[in-house]
Amino acid sequence: MRIRLHLNGKEITAEVPADMMLLDFVRAQGCYSVKRGCETSNCGLCTVWMDEKPVLSCSVLAARADGHRVVTLEGCQKEAEAFGAYLADQGAEQCGYCSPGFIMNVLAMEKELENPTDEEIREYLAGNLCRCSGYEGQLRAIRAYLDARKREA
Amino acid sequence: MKYVNQPVRKKDAMALVTGKPVYTDDIAPKDCLVVKVLRSPYAHAEILEIQKETAEKMPGIVCVLTYADVPQRRFTMAGQTYPEPSPYDRLILDKRVRFVGDAVAIVAGEDEKTVDRAMKTIQVKYQVLEPLLDFRQAKDHPILVHPEADWKALCPVGADNKRNLCASGLEEYGDVDQVLAECDVVVENTYHTKAVQQTMMETFRTYTQMDTYGRLNVISSTQVPFHVRRILAHALDIPKSSIRVIKPRIGGGFGAKQTVVAEVYPAIVTWKTGRPAKIVYTREESLIASSPRHEMEVKVRIGATRDGRIRGIAVNTLSNTGAFGEHGPTTVGLSGHKSIPLYSKAEAFRFQYDVVYTNKMSAGAYRGYGATQGIFAVESAVNELADKLGMDPVVLREKNLTREGDVMHGYYGETANSCTLDRCLERAAQQIGWKEKYPRRIMPDGKIRGVGIAMAMQGSGISGVDTGAVSVKINDDGFYSLSIGAADMGTGCDTILAQMAADCLDCSVDEIVVYGVDTDISPYDSGSYASSTTYVTGMATVKACEALVEKMKAYGAKKLGCGVEEVDFDGECVYNLNSGRSISRRDMANEAMCAAEEALFATEAHSSPISPPPFMAGAVEVEIDPETGSIQLIDYVAVVDCGTVINPNLARVQVEGGLVQGIGMTLHENITYDEKGRLAENSLMQYKIPTRLDIGKLRVEFDSSYEQTGPFGAKSIGEIVINTPAPAIAQAIYHATGLRFTELPITPEKIVMGLQKHAD
Repeated sequence: MRIRLHLNGKEITAEVPADMMLLDFVRAQGCYSVKRGCETSNCGLCTVWMDEKPVLSCSVLAARADGHRVVTLEGCQKEAEAFGAYLADQGAEQCGYCSPGFIMNVLAMEKELENPTDEEIREYLAGNLCRCSGYEGQLRAIRAYLDARKREA
Repeated sequence: MKYVNQPVRKKDAMALVTGKPVYTDDIAPKDCLVVKVLRSPYAHAEILEIQKETAEKMPGIVCVLTYADVPQRRFTMAGQTYPEPSPYDRLILDKRVRFVGDAVAIVAGEDEKTVDRAMKTIQVKYQVLEPLLDFRQAKDHPILVHPEADWKALCPVGADNKRNLCASGLEEYGDVDQVLAECDVVVENTYHTKAVQQTMMETFRTYTQMDTYGRLNVISSTQVPFHVRRILAHALDIPKSSIRVIKPRIGGGFGAKQTVVAEVYPAIVTWKTGRPAKIVYTREESLIASSPRHEMEVKVRIGATRDGRIRGIAVNTLSNTGAFGEHGPTTVGLSGHKSIPLYSKAEAFRFQYDVVYTNKMSAGAYRGYGATQGIFAVESAVNELADKLGMDPVVLREKNLTREGDVMHGYYGETANSCTLDRCLERAAQQIGWKEKYPRRIMPDGKIRGVGIAMAMQGSGISGVDTGAVSVKINDDGFYSLSIGAADMGTGCDTILAQMAADCLDCSVDEIVVYGVDTDISPYDSGSYASSTTYVTGMATVKACEALVEKMKAYGAKKLGCGVEEVDFDGECVYNLNSGRSISRRDMANEAMCAAEEALFATEAHSSPISPPPFMAGAVEVEIDPETGSIQLIDYVAVVDCGTVINPNLARVQVEGGLVQGIGMTLHENITYDEKGRLAENSLMQYKIPTRLDIGKLRVEFDSSYEQTGPFGAKSIGEIVINTPAPAIAQAIYHATGLRFTELPITPEKIVMGLQKHAD
């Protein structure tokens, strides 16, 4: 079937099989930041934005993206770098495999929550698994990033 | 030191956080054949017939391989130094299948859908055999997992396939039976830990292709590139010179990728068809057919005098290696070698073990590598001993723990030359508030908080075996390249080795580019496992840099027209100590590229006859809801002696990550097989690793000793950190509930049921 969508700010039209998942579609479009860590929508690695809301691209049919705006980490490199630098300064990216999905959700959280507490941050990001970091370094990075953003504002 | 002990950002960090395509599946050619493995639905069966003609004829299918198509030379997938202690008990595909998920056929086709369709058409006729599932019954059981005549063990590890034994052994010091008979108090208990999974976020994956020279190129997410080369040569029965292995970025390993789990499948497809091929394991495959921790049952007998002097320890480990023997003979050793020596003042010990084959998924290497299982047992027994003695477990440990200078008879007789275990324990107890909180507090809402504590040790590389070599050269304008064979799997070894090099060469860490790993180019390294990289490869880095400095001094002296004894190198220049005349690093490097007869290049290797243990103490406070059995972690304090901390950020994250994996193993991650040998926890829906809501607060401190034989005084950090949560949390739960758990995981159900039984 034929779909038309905005992927990272560019309008594209593509022929896709009806059972193709958005994850496989965006990777086929060269958005290699999007990773698959499971087949059961448990890991959060494949998180992208659809109309600015984070979704698990492993569980969204590509056809569902028809007419929508999809953003992957490739489409928000500046923001990724800005927050990513804080993650890197904690050494908390480690293997980095979960970083893109995690960062997509952190950036979505930043827009959605105002002055979140640690507990609210943990809850918002509970669906993003990480096996390397033990999560504490990620939290330190988020805190440092949000504090810095607040100072800038 | 400008860079050692500094929180330097990882060299690859920005590429990773901006999502650059640097992992195996990102860089695989788009025209790769998709390779999949048809897996056995039976735990034990003989393949009578495979009908594959339909699949082979399907458009888009390039090959279907069965046991009849693969070399009949047994090998091991264990990424270990040759000759591997793990028995040669595998074929790429075998006529006999030995666990649910064992490989039956390899299918390669143009795309995934075609391959999936083809797999469904393959008809396999099995003669189903009774499986051997209970590892307690496995030794000398009439059902043999490996009856084949060509099974062989290369090393004397006490293996005997006719008895289902992958390894067995006995080590003794003193007369432990006599000593225990004399003890006032003896504790005896049995501890059971399961085959938990590394669950790295990137599953197993590899792609392969033929290169210009007709050689098989293998690009793989592996911790052991050089072992992959040798193992593939064995498996495919081709010369090692025909294989080149490249490691890109890896999405985590934790030991899982110290076994060559997936590489053989695309490799044989490419070797037979000449076509590029790739395999990407599903999460389900990663959970049912990989290389998890060895399930172990560890019996401990430990005895002390009434005043709390531990006199004897006996450890008897039964380890379940599953269908194949990868890492079986070696993991079991650590269950004794890394637990008994925590109490080196004991007069006697005995360590006895059997490693058995069963018809379950084969085990492999997982962070901690047997130490985790042994330390859960011994530290739990010590906690029980404290209760029996009516003594504070911290006090009991203070009386008995290994201190700097002690000889550790249970650890190859090595001396603890660098050890702050006493201070780690004291600090952990102080930080958790042991004095105020031990053993329990009942909260106003009826919940109960308990505290627990445990100690741990590990090694730093495999003594007398692990080898790390490092090359360093100077390039145009004087920047350096550091070539390593150690595999950065996200841990940051590319960076910490560059930090060491920068301090040795007295330059900025940004002036050092690091490259690893390509077996054609990189100097040999046994690989990133056994907590070896910082200690072993780190020392090779120091030696290589020193050698390069000597070469630069000789080169500079020649250019300055003086003797080498008259010059020194300050990082920027080689200068004459008397005249002050100098030549810059930049000029030397550039001149060495024009009409030069000397290469400013040095390679050095390192191996260590000892494996200095890092030590640590972990203390935890948990909160139990007696109504629901729910377990909340409140606070976890870890104090670690890893010697000099090379990179405080990366070391801290190692500790935090290891603690959370240990917490997962203790409270969440279960492994249950049904009577047919099928694993229930085959997705992340069932196999629950901790989320960020499950961990409470983690606090990490370092109390560093200085290890004379390590680079800049460093030991290791990667594995030890997973070892304290199980015994510490189990004890905290005991203190809160009075329920002593000797099997993991400890779930709310078990607590509620235990409390009910208690009440009855």
